[in-house]
Amino acid sequence: MGKKHVIPGFGMTLGTTVSFLCLLILIPLASILARSFQMSAQEFMALITRPNVAQAFRTSIGCSLIAALINTGFGFILAWTLVKYEFPGKALMDGMIELPLAMPTAVAGITLTKLYSDQGMFGKALGRLGIKVSYTRLGIIVAMVFVGIPFVVRSVQPVLEKLSPCYEEAAAMLGASKLYIVRRVLLPELLPALLTGFGLALSRGIGEYGSVIYISGNSAKEGTQVVSYVIMQKLNAGNVDYEGAAAIALVLLLVSFFMLLVINLLQRFTSQRTKF
Amino acid sequence: MRKKISRGLVLVLAVCMLTGTAGCGTKQEKNALEITNVSYDPTRELYASYNELFKKYYEEKTGQQVTISQSHGGSGSQARSVVEGNDADVVTLALAHDITLIEEAGLIEPGWLSEFDRNSSPYTSTIVFLVRKGNEKQIRDWEDLTKDGVGVITPDPKSSGGACWNFLAAWHYADRLYGGDEAQMRQFVHDLYQNVLVMDSGARGATTTFVENGQGDVLIAWENEALLTVKEYPDDYEIVTPSVSILAEPSVAIVDENVEKNGTAELAKDYLEYLYSEEAQQLIGENFYRPSDEKVLSQFGDVFDLSVNLCSIDDFGGWDQAYADFFTDDAIFDQIME
Repeated sequence: MGKKHVIPGFGMTLGTTVSFLCLLILIPLASILARSFQMSAQEFMALITRPNVAQAFRTSIGCSLIAALINTGFGFILAWTLVKYEFPGKALMDGMIELPLAMPTAVAGITLTKLYSDQGMFGKALGRLGIKVSYTRLGIIVAMVFVGIPFVVRSVQPVLEKLSPCYEEAAAMLGASKLYIVRRVLLPELLPALLTGFGLALSRGIGEYGSVIYISGNSAKEGTQVVSYVIMQKLNAGNVDYEGAAAIALVLLLVSFFMLLVINLLQRFTSQRTKF
Repeated sequence: MRKKISRGLVLVLAVCMLTGTAGCGTKQEKNALEITNVSYDPTRELYASYNELFKKYYEEKTGQQVTISQSHGGSGSQARSVVEGNDADVVTLALAHDITLIEEAGLIEPGWLSEFDRNSSPYTSTIVFLVRKGNEKQIRDWEDLTKDGVGVITPDPKSSGGACWNFLAAWHYADRLYGGDEAQMRQFVHDLYQNVLVMDSGARGATTTFVENGQGDVLIAWENEALLTVKEYPDDYEIVTPSVSILAEPSVAIVDENVEKNGTAELAKDYLEYLYSEEAQQLIGENFYRPSDEKVLSQFGDVFDLSVNLCSIDDFGGWDQAYADFFTDDAIFDQIME
């Protein structure tokens, strides 16, 4: 302490930050922790390892990983198109990227279910090819791709915008092939942003409820129940089981936290490599 | 430095408290009589018209105007919201059990079940089948739902209270069919639930899956919801009433703790009591709930199939017992789903 800050208002802003974090994040999270500790360790383990709970974790994590990978690929292409080219309707398209964030997720879920069910527009065509989307894990991935895409685009876009074309030009003049430029010049610069986008889309997918429950069909038999659904089962059912819900939520939080930590470490590592 | 941080904290806390007290202020300053009715999903239309009827009645009786706020949602989560502080004066929920949940939190005094007539159930309903026009799969009774190739839509009993009734009605049918042989009864409900194509989280979701997304041949539904669907799409659906079903008694109660605080005890009592009047019972029938008044019910003989044999939750030893026997983790429902 004792060091004078050049910018005024440090105490004020830090105070706001700390109280905000406490009121909105730390205290609610702590209450989840406290709730789940009302169970004995044995009860806790028995609940977490139940076949339906374990299956829900596999479904949620597996589907959101696949969805986040798809989003990273397509999000990169979308961001690239929006930054590098000029075409009519670009501003409109740019605005549309954020619609999945603004739309109530239940509305998105019901709409996607209808479109991809075997009676719906896309579902009918896909059904002829023998592909079922609604009420399968594929449907869950579709919903997670829908809610996750803005995160990747909005993470990558500003970095691409700031990336001066002079590096690409220099590489080209020094005789690098196109593929080599993408691999050795562009990707290293973009990797931290892609990782951020991937992490955000992933965590959004893991906790997603509204858009997923309609399209998944929630079948324990088919393994299409997601973790957030199993938590809601504990809260909606005839006898409300707060402890059980909190225990599953706690594990979900730990899993997400661990994955985000790994991604952040990777990101730090990659961004240090590209620092000049 | 530390002083600055605490000043920041104080400011933030002050803002929070100001907004908090402002919120309280508006509630206490009310002059007009106001009550809040916390109800469940399918009663939306019923209470929209009942509230108008009651307002007129109350103004004629006392000269005072009333404002009624309605809230709808899944019955279990509505009960939970009252426990967690939703300022409801009366609750009108799907099951007595949900009200018991509020009672256990100390907000409703014990004995509420006998506070109003007929177990505090001014209307009842039952479970029926909604099938597509023409009834191609020839669905007449519960047995037909277990046949190969029949697609059934019903919500998940582990997340929807209504879906528990569907299961119990099927169980009751199997009980009569097999004379209580539990192995065969389990096989029966197992076969039935193998035919379930989509298991939604709630009754409204299941209706959407069946009606909007065109899934399945038969929806196991509340009678009032089924009648409402047929009224909306008379050319697309028809109702099949099974030979055996279950009597659902949605219950009403005054939230004692809240009415004391809000000074609305009299009004809340009038509001629920008036549900039993002949006009209200008539309105209840028009909204496809079965009026608890036998005389009014008999006038609706062409709307409801009154010949169906109804069991009640008491046949399962009450709701708590039924829930423990069938729907908790590893109970009968989990076993037959394996």
